[in-house]
Amino acid sequence: MAACGRTRLWLLVSLVLVSPATGREAQFRSNHPDHPGEHEANLTGIPITSFKWEHVETPYLVALWVLVCFLCKLVIEANHHVTEYIPESALLICCGFILGGMIWGADKVQTFTLTPRVFFFYLLPQIILDAGYSMPNKLFFTNLGGILVYAIIGTCWNAASLGLSLWGCHKGGAMGKAYLALRCWRGETRSCSGPWSPSLCPSVPPSIYPSVPLFLRPFVPPFLRPSVSHVLCLRPAGDIEIGLLQYLLFGSLLAAVDPVAVLAVFEQVHVNEVLFIMVFGESLLNDGVTVVLFNVFDAFVTLGGAKINAAEIVKGIISFFVVAFGGSLLGFVFGLLISLLTRCTKKIQIIEPGFIFVLGYLAYLTAEMLSLSAILSITFCGICCQKYMNSNMDESSVQTVKYAIKVFANGSETMIFVFLGISAIDKTIWVWNTGFILLTLLFIMVYRIMGVFFLTWILNRTRLVPIEFIDQIIMSYGGLRGAVAYGLAVMLDETKIKEKNLMISTTLIVVYFTVIFQGVTLKPLVQWLKVKRASHSELTLIEKLQNRAFEHTLVAIEDISGQIGHNYMRDKWNKFEEKYMSWFLMKPSARKKQDRLFNAFHQLNLKDAMNYVDEGERRGSLEFIRNEGAFIDFKKKFDDEMSEAMPDIMADMSDDHGRAPPKRRDTVPSVSLELHEQSMRGNRAAEDFNSHHLLQQHLYKGRKQHRHRYSRSHFDINKDENEVQEIFQRTMKSRLESFKSGKMGVAPPKTITKHTKKEQQSKMLNGKNRSYLSGDEDFEFSEGDSASGYDASFPTRVAYRAGDGIENPAFMPDVDPSSTMHIPPWLADVELDSVAPSQRAQVRLPWTPGDLRRLSSLRTSVRSSDSFQLTDDRQGDRDELPPPPPPPPRRDGDSV
Amino acid sequence: MGSRASTLLREEEIEEIKKETGFSHSQITRLYSRFTSLDKGENGTLREDQVNFRGFMRTLAHFRPVEDNEKNKNPPTTEPLNSRTNKLLFAFRLYDLDRDDKISRDELLQVLRMMVGVNISDEQLGSIADRTIQEADQNGDNCISFQEFMKVLEKVDVEQKMSIRFLH
Repeated sequence: MAACGRTRLWLLVSLVLVSPATGREAQFRSNHPDHPGEHEANLTGIPITSFKWEHVETPYLVALWVLVCFLCKLVIEANHHVTEYIPESALLICCGFILGGMIWGADKVQTFTLTPRVFFFYLLPQIILDAGYSMPNKLFFTNLGGILVYAIIGTCWNAASLGLSLWGCHKGGAMGKAYLALRCWRGETRSCSGPWSPSLCPSVPPSIYPSVPLFLRPFVPPFLRPSVSHVLCLRPAGDIEIGLLQYLLFGSLLAAVDPVAVLAVFEQVHVNEVLFIMVFGESLLNDGVTVVLFNVFDAFVTLGGAKINAAEIVKGIISFFVVAFGGSLLGFVFGLLISLLTRCTKKIQIIEPGFIFVLGYLAYLTAEMLSLSAILSITFCGICCQKYMNSNMDESSVQTVKYAIKVFANGSETMIFVFLGISAIDKTIWVWNTGFILLTLLFIMVYRIMGVFFLTWILNRTRLVPIEFIDQIIMSYGGLRGAVAYGLAVMLDETKIKEKNLMISTTLIVVYFTVIFQGVTLKPLVQWLKVKRASHSELTLIEKLQNRAFEHTLVAIEDISGQIGHNYMRDKWNKFEEKYMSWFLMKPSARKKQDRLFNAFHQLNLKDAMNYVDEGERRGSLEFIRNEGAFIDFKKKFDDEMSEAMPDIMADMSDDHGRAPPKRRDTVPSVSLELHEQSMRGNRAAEDFNSHHLLQQHLYKGRKQHRHRYSRSHFDINKDENEVQEIFQRTMKSRLESFKSGKMGVAPPKTITKHTKKEQQSKMLNGKNRSYLSGDEDFEFSEGDSASGYDASFPTRVAYRAGDGIENPAFMPDVDPSSTMHIPPWLADVELDSVAPSQRAQVRLPWTPGDLRRLSSLRTSVRSSDSFQLTDDRQGDRDELPPPPPPPPRRDGDSV
Repeated sequence: MGSRASTLLREEEIEEIKKETGFSHSQITRLYSRFTSLDKGENGTLREDQVNFRGFMRTLAHFRPVEDNEKNKNPPTTEPLNSRTNKLLFAFRLYDLDRDDKISRDELLQVLRMMVGVNISDEQLGSIADRTIQEADQNGDNCISFQEFMKVLEKVDVEQKMSIRFLH
């Protein structure tokens, strides 16, 4: 494992070494702008190819960096024993250190840093959007009061206390001189210019040179190695000049707990959900406060202390409300817009998932444009639209959104941490002041603890379930600072704040300290304090039912006792929401399936179905279902309920994942950048896939087919299910026909053994334009397996029932459960030929036990050794039957 | 009305209720005024059920949150009304319409019908009820007894979900 990891590391290193090298080359080339022109002038013929680095430089580097960051994550995640103890975010930052060291070693300057623009415009929005979109709404709004108290009062307290204390310490003389990191040549005696007091380099021992770790140095190409070793010196650089307002500004940028860092750390520590939502909600909502505080103090610094009067302060407070509530409102409006749009995207299902990204981003940018809180805006956009969007859109679109949003969020989180690390390896920003930095760290910790405990004390007086003492400790300890603070620090104006670099370095150190040190120690702390973890609850119908009953009861009791409490308000809101908002924002068809209880029921049934098929596969086939005695319990549960609820379940399918009620994901914090938890639920799909793969490999291959099906506007996957059903239905129908004709004495033509080729035109199915260009194939039922197992079987069954053939009295008397005849044809085939049967049919078996018996009797009367083929041939001969639809596309088997 | 509440409620009565239900003095007087306002007939009882104030308070006491100091106290002779078992019993009684200490399918179905929307058909509701009973039923009598009810809900945080904060 370790060796494997090391190999990967080398791979990564070599890859990374390429990128600064290319970057360097770019610089070299751009230094000679005449070079390409010259080349063109000498052009005598058409060049076969040319190397145009400048042409692609920026996007190329971006793509390369994304790749590098992802590879970092890959390497880290490959080492499970490490990530168990150290959170991923900390490891990513360390990766960043290494990468930054290599770049610096190669380029001598830090060419890649996290700039505020990139961070705030391209990396942050998707993380926050993801947080909002997968926010457990009920939990969030239940605790909204507490969250707001922490987010507003807590953050103000943090900012003010930090700023004032630092200022006090400064006045008291606790801060010494600032030290400037300076590059000079070893052995050179050079005085430094600037405001700093000059001193000589050799007087200070070289300290930070090995930014390229020793073991990596041999891998730096010779031409990149410096001719003279660089020495980093720390030299004293005068007293720091920071006024009260600047301290407050600094305090305000460091006050906010960072959502990215909190998410990254807390999602690996499964604390109970109230604690999680408190910390996480605070980190999301305090952005409004941070932005306002930052802007206000920034303005104050610009104005200068003398011009600040009461009016300005009042304006600042008003600005807070405008920024925070304006931002939230804007997000809300955009959320409604998304919901409305998804109401009518049925025809453009492919780009349907794109709306939330585009509109979410627009919400962010619009808020930024109006200088409202962008983070709040995009958060509320996600919170607001999730419910309506998930029920309006097609299930596959919902899945797409879920995965895409995670891809973006997780990806940019990775990049943020890596770049936070890289940014550190930059001598230009490092200014060291021991007193300033250590005091900042100390104050941040102390005031956070004080703030949390005081506010919790107030909150607990009104909370039904008080926040426990150990939870408060974790809340205080979980006050991680992250990239938002760094981004704000970089945005400081150097002309106004002379000590900008000191602030940046301090911010970076605070970020590293909180993310790495506190991140690493948080998990042991949680274990040691025995913090209540997320409860691992299995979803049962009765619990769901009882929870609903509790809710109703509480509303009633609040009403009876004549007080307006949470439950009462929530009930009113739910009614309002159901009556007006759902009506307005939700498709009528989706609105019908709004019942949570029924959803739970549906989920359970799906799970049963899965177990059922699993069991069948474990035993080799689903044959056991014919053995009535063996699984009586299971069967009863299964058959009765499924058959009764079937028609609506099908209609409900789209909600199955789409709704994803937060309550269902009780076991883990619901907002999580990881997909692991979701993929657990996605097991079903994976198992499906496995079985299909199995089928693909072992089934008879049909004749080689040439298919050109590519369509930008339609997925074929969904249609396939229909096709399979269609095929099934038609097969049944034609069998019935042949059976009937057989009974009537009309001999079916059964000597045709060769598969006829049928030209299948583009076929209008369900009124949708299909995109088949050619459909030259044999009709083979057993191949129709690309649709997922039992999903497809719901409609089949329903459709079949609704079909005309089944009521035909002609064959009903043939049903004879006790006879051996009721082995379905495909199973009979297995026994005879030891060939894998139509697995689709097998999968289908449990759903149609009764029907199958009818079918089998049909088969025996036909007396054909290959009923499929027969069916096929007959179909070809009969004019009145429409040609069967082409089988679904093959994936793996095609090439064989 | 507040004055009437305080006049009609004698101190010793308040003390008794306090002991029985655990409500504070101010809560009791407030709820008494609520009670009288609900009492349209002005005969000290509510509706046809003839719930007097004591019964009213006893019912509400089920919903008092469990407080820390109560947990630590050495167990009282009688179980407080807001204990987990009593809360669950209250919930159980909501289903058990015929008071035979069993939730039958029909009873469950009636409650379900009240709780879900109109979108669900009777057949579906029936299968939901079947399934629910199946989850809880251990002895196979197709009914849920209180023991089974407690067992199946043992993971649910009933103390929290069956509590509201009464104003003082």
